[in-house]
Amino acid sequence: MNSQQSAELVRRLITQIAPEADLDALDVRADMREALDLDSMDILRLATALHEATGLEIPEREYGEICSLQGCVDYLTKRSAS
Amino acid sequence: MPSLGADMEAGTLVAYRCEPGARVERGGIIAEIETDKGVIEVESYVSGVLERWQVPLGSKVPVGAVLATLREGDLAEPVPAAPPPSLPQPQPQPQPQAQPQAQPQPQPSAAAVAAHPDARATPSARKRARELGVDLHELASDAVLTLPDVERAAASHAPSATHRPRISPAALRRARELGVDVQALQADPIHLTHVEQYARAHKTQAVDKDLVEGPRRVIAAGMARAKREIPHYYLSTTVDLAAASRWLESYNTAHSVRERLLLGVLYLRAVALATARMPDFNVRWTEAGPQRQPEVHLGVAISLRGGGLISPAIASAAQLSLPDLMTAFQDLVARARSGRLRSSEVSSGTITVTSLGERGVDAVFPIIHPPQSAIVGFGRSALRPWVANGELCVRPLVQLTLAADHRITDGHAGARYLALIEQLLQEPERL
Repeated sequence: MNSQQSAELVRRLITQIAPEADLDALDVRADMREALDLDSMDILRLATALHEATGLEIPEREYGEICSLQGCVDYLTKRSAS
Repeated sequence: MPSLGADMEAGTLVAYRCEPGARVERGGIIAEIETDKGVIEVESYVSGVLERWQVPLGSKVPVGAVLATLREGDLAEPVPAAPPPSLPQPQPQPQPQAQPQAQPQPQPSAAAVAAHPDARATPSARKRARELGVDLHELASDAVLTLPDVERAAASHAPSATHRPRISPAALRRARELGVDVQALQADPIHLTHVEQYARAHKTQAVDKDLVEGPRRVIAAGMARAKREIPHYYLSTTVDLAAASRWLESYNTAHSVRERLLLGVLYLRAVALATARMPDFNVRWTEAGPQRQPEVHLGVAISLRGGGLISPAIASAAQLSLPDLMTAFQDLVARARSGRLRSSEVSSGTITVTSLGERGVDAVFPIIHPPQSAIVGFGRSALRPWVANGELCVRPLVQLTLAADHRITDGHAGARYLALIEQLLQEPERL
């Protein structure tokens, strides 16, 4: 998956979790827990959805890395390369 | 029409989930109604066969009105499939007199919108779709439809039935904030300035309607009643979460992402067990008076995106293992946010837990949800200085609070109850 595809995947999953979110207005580096008011259950849903879409198992201690749009994309790139 | 709270007067039937002649099980979902709490799935009180619908789709009827006739027992004789009642027929139930101005327009599209149970939409999107005459069915996709979807659809093709002026999304939002009825505006298309001019001109009667309608009305009615009727007392204690955090971390490391638990579920489990052991905190104050409840139906305060709060209950929560409770909790939050709660969940809670999450505040001093008699709060868990075995150390701590009804329990019992919750959280492997 290239970074363009990763970005599209991440945006689609976030839209399912937070349908009201305006992702075009969101800073790609902003912490979505603050910017979109995501709680721990939302982050778990995101980790689960990423797992289902990519097969990657995301350890709980790495949840911090997927809390921004860019963080998600970078994380997917890093993990799929290794 | 079931009552989903003491403040509820009426509800709108928005979808049939069952055809005449079909078998209905007790607890099965037969219809969807829209209330100030959003769209709620109505469960049947009895098992039997649905004979006919008594209320047409889209009609608002008072609490207690007959929605459908069911024949108890088995499907012995075939029932001729009666056509559902349509709007032009004489109303089988008197309309509530309370709001004679409530939208008189018969909406041919409303039936099509709501009758399709697969069109998943947020409550606000559903409401807007009805106002704009948008058929949600035509927009249906895999994702839950939201307000912007509906407004985009409405803007892209003008509704057919009646002429409605076009309106920009910004103007529409402002109109809702200011409580301006867009039908009253003369302009076409309507821009933000038209709305604001109209609001200024009619300022004398301006009330910020968003503060008194919909979810806010429900919260206002419940909380005002609580503060009026229930003599609250409040207790607070600090809980050391070191054992619980350690246990949770190793559990989650050993499990796939789909099976992981949240700290909040440990809280729910501890409260459910403590409440089952101390039934004086599991009391509903009915019209007859206080009644201890045999089961702990654990209310969970869930904040809704875009504001508002709802506290549906997890049934018989003390009987659920941690993984089952996690599943129930996730399911409840997802359905609360997409407007798919069931009638029993909305009204059956016997005690509530509120947690303001990992960010935010140290402690919450909550208000009891009538007719319940206690509510337990958890603040943010964070690393803090602590003394254990005479040594200063750093531990994850959380502030545990209780608001309880002083007519039923005293501070002494409340303290024992919080101590029990704390003790349960010290032995997470036994939860």
